[in-house]
Amino acid sequence: MLLSTILEAVSFVPGLVSIGAAIAIIGAGLGIGKIGQSAMEAMARQPEAAGKIQTGMIIAAALVEGATFFALAVCLLAVLG
Amino acid sequence: MSHVLKYIIFSLVFACMALLPFQGMAQDTVQEPQKEKFDAKSFIFSHTGDAYCYHITEIKGRPICVWLPVMVKCKDGGSWHCFSSKHVCELKEGETFEHNGAHFYVEPISADKYPGKLVEVKADGSLSRPFDISFTRNAFGIFLVCIFLLAFFLPAARMYKKDTLAKPTKYQGLVEWLTYTVLDGIVRPNIPEKKVKKFAPYLLTVFFFILFANLFGLIPFFPFSANVTGNLSITLVLALLTYIFVNVFGNKHYWKDIFWPDVPIFLKAIPLMPIIELISTIIKPFALMVRLFANILAGHIVILVLMGLIFIIGGMYGTGMGGVTSVISIFMTVFMFAMELLVAYIQAYVFTILSAVFIGLAQQEPEHE
Repeated sequence: MLLSTILEAVSFVPGLVSIGAAIAIIGAGLGIGKIGQSAMEAMARQPEAAGKIQTGMIIAAALVEGATFFALAVCLLAVLG
Repeated sequence: MSHVLKYIIFSLVFACMALLPFQGMAQDTVQEPQKEKFDAKSFIFSHTGDAYCYHITEIKGRPICVWLPVMVKCKDGGSWHCFSSKHVCELKEGETFEHNGAHFYVEPISADKYPGKLVEVKADGSLSRPFDISFTRNAFGIFLVCIFLLAFFLPAARMYKKDTLAKPTKYQGLVEWLTYTVLDGIVRPNIPEKKVKKFAPYLLTVFFFILFANLFGLIPFFPFSANVTGNLSITLVLALLTYIFVNVFGNKHYWKDIFWPDVPIFLKAIPLMPIIELISTIIKPFALMVRLFANILAGHIVILVLMGLIFIIGGMYGTGMGGVTSVISIFMTVFMFAMELLVAYIQAYVFTILSAVFIGLAQQEPEHE
């Protein structure tokens, strides 16, 4: 009987999915923030290398965002699939 | 007129416009019309998914669409059917369209089994999904991008071929600038100089295809509004092409590094490192596919949700509140469109540069001791 009560209570999957998506976005925000921070500091130290640093920053940010979208895709699958 | 005065007048006019809908709301509470609820989910999925016809608008209840052809082959029967999607898209609930003995209809977006797809109703009432190679909205979008790319780049190539040393025209200058930003910025830094000529055509094509497919998906009117790159199937094919280019043209050294790398024996005797390396060759194009798909689809969904918010709030609280929401919603949507332009360029850039890096890694010569 306890099991059935627990199983009934876990029917809030859509709500949990939103929390999961929010946690994934926190990870993305922190990661891309750190990338931006080090890129700004490096560009301030050596303005001649600003072009290369900017390129690297964009690539690193896109990779981190790709991982975030993996998590978001899993969340969407949990809700819709 | 002084700057401050202009600022004050502008703010007053804007405040009046934003508050006008409240007057509409006061009149709206008198009548309570029975209108159908705005279905947000089907609104979003019908705009971001594939469709058999190009729905443009509705005039006086009659939909104005561009009817694309449906081409299907029925299972266990093998007969081909080709007809205009006008017949299946304008059916009422429960009707089917009969063509040479087979009955078809299109499942609505909210259906469980085949949402939005053409199904065949067999003689015993069961549903089956035929082999479907219809020319849908996404196929139309892909062909449009291809025709645009050919029309944009080929004349420049012909002009160069005709007279290589002539003074380039402005159009040739533009094509040259676009090509060299990709060639010198993406291809040359990552691929050894001897192989650039072999791989540059693919990388250039994939960059411009993804860029223009993303941009065309943002333009909201007739020939351009197909959501091409926001579909898993299309990004799957692009990632598959990168996988083929990396692995089919890979060096012998590249394959040796996967199956028998320069690591201590206990890591490669139980095939631990080789299996990890093999999985990583698949994961890298897989990540390319999901990154492009999710970025573009997420952007489209946010724009659709912001615009749909007007109708959702209008449905819940009356037309007046919907009017107030529309002022805020339009501002946010304009901002999202600007960000989507940036995302379109960045995603094309990242896909191409990662493909170039993977191809370059597979072409490395071993260092000489």
